[in-house]
Amino acid sequence: MSHLSNFEVFLLLSVLKVAVVLVITLMGVAYTVLLERKLLGRIQNRWGPSRVGPYGLLQPLVDGAKLFLKEDLMPLAVERPLFVLAPIIALGCALVSIAVVPFGAVTRVSLNGGPGVDLFQVANVNIGLLVILGVTSIGVYGIALSGWSSNNKYSLLGSLRSTAQVVSYELALGLSLVGVVLRAGSLNLRTIVDSQSHGYGFLGWNFFGGFQFVAFFIYLMAAYAETNRAPFDLPEAETELVAGYHTEYSSMKFAMFFMAEYGNMITVSCVATLLFFGGASSPFGHLIPALGGPVVQAILSVFWFVAKVFGFLFLYIWVRSTLPRFRYDQLMSFGWKFLLPLAMANIIVTSFLLAMRG
Amino acid sequence: MQLAVFIIFGVLAVAGALNLLLQRHPINSALSLVVVMMSLAVLYWSLGAEFLAAAQVIVYSGAIMVLFVFVIMLLNAGEEKHTHGSRAAYSVGIPGAAAIFCLLSFVFLKERSALMSSNLGGDLGNGLDNISTVSAMLFTKMLLPFEVTSILILVAILGAVVLARKEQ
Repeated sequence: MSHLSNFEVFLLLSVLKVAVVLVITLMGVAYTVLLERKLLGRIQNRWGPSRVGPYGLLQPLVDGAKLFLKEDLMPLAVERPLFVLAPIIALGCALVSIAVVPFGAVTRVSLNGGPGVDLFQVANVNIGLLVILGVTSIGVYGIALSGWSSNNKYSLLGSLRSTAQVVSYELALGLSLVGVVLRAGSLNLRTIVDSQSHGYGFLGWNFFGGFQFVAFFIYLMAAYAETNRAPFDLPEAETELVAGYHTEYSSMKFAMFFMAEYGNMITVSCVATLLFFGGASSPFGHLIPALGGPVVQAILSVFWFVAKVFGFLFLYIWVRSTLPRFRYDQLMSFGWKFLLPLAMANIIVTSFLLAMRG
Repeated sequence: MQLAVFIIFGVLAVAGALNLLLQRHPINSALSLVVVMMSLAVLYWSLGAEFLAAAQVIVYSGAIMVLFVFVIMLLNAGEEKHTHGSRAAYSVGIPGAAAIFCLLSFVFLKERSALMSSNLGGDLGNGLDNISTVSAMLFTKMLLPFEVTSILILVAILGAVVLARKEQ
């Protein structure tokens, strides 16, 4: 295939990467739902879904088919264009940010002997971290517009709560990442991951060696609030608001909100892995010799990344099954009076120490 | 490539701005403004100012416009009537806008050769690391305006707190 120009190779492989990553993310979303149902079941001393397929493994596919075949109800008094647009914005924003996530070690593949294309990242952007933050902040519109256009008081209350919550916690979330950015000196996600690998395995990660554990816990709590998950799931508190902002949605439009929630969970877990837990690097560093050639090493790096992301998803579900919901005023004062000052203190201490070290 | 991006998103920005004026419902106008902000961000990006583009998306589309939409939702603002414009708009606004347009196009056309050779922007994807450039500029040459701006914002926040505080 040496007759292809470098740009053609780039284009072909990029389209292929986008398709593969999208399919894998959507499958990940489907099976995160199953994981949640199974784990919640076991934590609450019951089985969870176990009838469809071995261990209930085909349940997500059957659920998807059911949602596709359901009647798509549209209430008469809704604001039609915005009502249709809202789930598209929500799901689109949830899926776009995975494009800048490096989910493996740098592995260049070339079809024509040119510079080649990185296999384990769709787009290596200089400001990858800002892209993720920006896309997340646009995702609010999906929730805000869905509640407003539904013409339903529960939906409106849910989306008002959600918008206020996301805007408040976005500050703490953004500021908690500044310490990591200061240490790496870059917003490029690859550079941030590289800054954590000095051959000592997990001791080099920002969480352990970088003393960013305060930032990590701020990030974790703010991220739970950003994704509207328990214990911050006030926008869809079913005891007060029926189902919150997606009360009026049915069929695939409802499914898109559902997928967006789990897609956001996966993105948040990916960012936590990249910034605080060394991305795709092994926790053992160079203690274990590189066995099995480049292909095995590349697959191993993806394995470590997926294992860490899985750990965070597990934590999400564990927290949901364990902690009760916050009250609204508690939520706001926690975000503004505790997380935000703490994040600023973390920035000051980190930059002071970095300046001391020169 | 850069020209195509410029034409597509320039047209989108202008269309969004016109839609902002012509829509009768405030929430549609607010969303048109979001479209304008996002198109501007893409234009910044295509000029190589990636940090400015990201800041535009995060600050304007992601924070300020969300608050606009939030307030419109909270007040449950209904449809507005079109007016025929005020006398101030006809006597000052339109000539003023025309004058600014003429001045800017005169300056750009006159200084075209100088602008072409200067290293203002870059091409798509040539990997400028312009965050450090921007911050170095902000904290050395532009330090006084930068600090004055932050004090201005602080004053605005204090004003908002004073207005929002309950009477004792």
